[in-house]
Amino acid sequence: MWKYALKKLLLALPVLLGITIIDYAIMSLAGSPLDMMVGPRVSEAALASRAAQWGLDQPIYVQYWNWLMELLRGNLGYSYKSYQPVADLIGSHLGPTLLLMGVSMVLGLLIAIPAGIYSAVHRYQKRDYAVVSASFLFSSVPGFFLSLILIYFFTVRLGWLPSSGMYTPGTGGDAMDVIRHLIMPSLVLAVGVAGGNIRYIRSAVLEILEMDYLRTARAKGMGQKIVIRKHALRNALLPIVTVIGMQIPTLFGGAVIVEQLFSWPGLGLVTMSAVMSRDYPVIMGVCLLSAVVVLAANLLTDLLYALVDPTIKY
Amino acid sequence: MKGQTKLIIRRFSRHKMAVACLAVLAVLILLAVLAPWISPYSPTKPTGKFSQPPSAEHWLGTDKIGRDMLSRILYAMRVSLLVGFLATLISTAIGVILGLVSGYFGGPLDKAIMSFTDMVMSFPYILLVLVAAAIFQPGMESIILILGFVDWPGVTRLVRGNVLSLRETNFVKSDVTAGMPRRYILFSEILPNTVAPVLVYATSVFALSILDEAALSFLGMGVQPPTPSLGNLLNGAESLSVLTGKPWLWVPAGAVIILLVVCINFVGDALRDAFDPRNE
Repeated sequence: MWKYALKKLLLALPVLLGITIIDYAIMSLAGSPLDMMVGPRVSEAALASRAAQWGLDQPIYVQYWNWLMELLRGNLGYSYKSYQPVADLIGSHLGPTLLLMGVSMVLGLLIAIPAGIYSAVHRYQKRDYAVVSASFLFSSVPGFFLSLILIYFFTVRLGWLPSSGMYTPGTGGDAMDVIRHLIMPSLVLAVGVAGGNIRYIRSAVLEILEMDYLRTARAKGMGQKIVIRKHALRNALLPIVTVIGMQIPTLFGGAVIVEQLFSWPGLGLVTMSAVMSRDYPVIMGVCLLSAVVVLAANLLTDLLYALVDPTIKY
Repeated sequence: MKGQTKLIIRRFSRHKMAVACLAVLAVLILLAVLAPWISPYSPTKPTGKFSQPPSAEHWLGTDKIGRDMLSRILYAMRVSLLVGFLATLISTAIGVILGLVSGYFGGPLDKAIMSFTDMVMSFPYILLVLVAAAIFQPGMESIILILGFVDWPGVTRLVRGNVLSLRETNFVKSDVTAGMPRRYILFSEILPNTVAPVLVYATSVFALSILDEAALSFLGMGVQPPTPSLGNLLNGAESLSVLTGKPWLWVPAGAVIILLVVCINFVGDALRDAFDPRNE
């Protein structure tokens, strides 16, 4: 088992390295961050000294190499804009994003798993079609449009929920306040998660329901409910584990837009402003972090799979 | 072949919802194509009436500089559908070629292509798109290219898997034994047999591309005004006065996106069913 884990980990490293190279290449195509500083009140000399300070006067591969070496020393660099260490900047915004993503994922799966199972068990009945249609609708609503509708009803019309930030300014920000701010953004993301996964879980459960051992269980005279609860669900866990792993990049992407709309003080907001101002070190930091998270999720999925499914050889 | 097509059509038409959606899509596409001829006003020229609610004269009202919203939506549909279609075309072409090569030739080439695919896939998609959108001058061409060059990994994996299983079939093996040229085997034997799954997958890419174009344009990094797109029409709704007081400026555009995407998804799902030989 440990050998398998180690092997997977070693396989992930070159992928990670590759991702950082692609990131750097794309970013340097984006143009120099110095372009953003150019103005009537900035002298040539100041620009040149900035370039030297940031190492931008060197060829791209040298810049990349320096970045990589600093990274191995645990230094992600400093933001060009706020001069804050990137690690601090990311660290201080990571919490809200993880909170938002975690809550949305749990909420989404709480909708998707029961709905998918329900739909599979009642296959080809009206109820099944209703659930599947709902899932198509969920995955077809643009997150930003849903956000606008929610803001319209719950903030503007009813005045129940706040539409921006993580807590009301001026108050201490107790748990209840954060929850109230969290409801709308997490609901938007959860609808997306549920939409994609209901059909996936449905077909996974359907596949299991057709297995021989379930037919045997039914033939033995076990009730349909017990068959599903005792045999089918346990085996359906496997595809569900995969689903959780697959969600992470999608969720992160959705979070960027949702955070922007609800001014949620997370990584998405940092990312957007970094992209807008070509803040290289911050963009690289965020890309690296997200790649690590995605690869870690993949690794974890593989390992869980190996743990749950005894037929997988490793 | 003819009998098979008939069979597919029959299986497809069993899905009433999908048939209805196909009809809706056909109407929407027709409206989009005919926009220059049927739209009542110009999509970019002010008519002189500002921020009017819907009336007999302007079915969907006018915006703050007096442009007719119905005309703008018709043109926006045209833009969004075109972006979605071309982006899908590009990404499917890239995906099919890489998948064919990777699956058929195997070896180090396959390894290289697949690890590159993994890299692109484990990248948060929107991050890649955002960074790319920041690089290139935002606009219609760049959004098509960006979405096209980002969406292919799924197709590649699908095609590769298909090729791998087709390679083991007897008809391909006999081709190899008979010494048929590789080009013939790849394009005349393997490719036609992967068309169906690719087509089904492409419908979902099409739906996603429309959603992504809308999201990017909404953020101001996609299609730029005054060219209307379904996403940038919604952009104005970020201001509170539009959101609360002028629903005709943002609700119809959002509704059209949902309608388009839902219909494409339903049609894709029914196609999957219709192409599946196990269904009878």
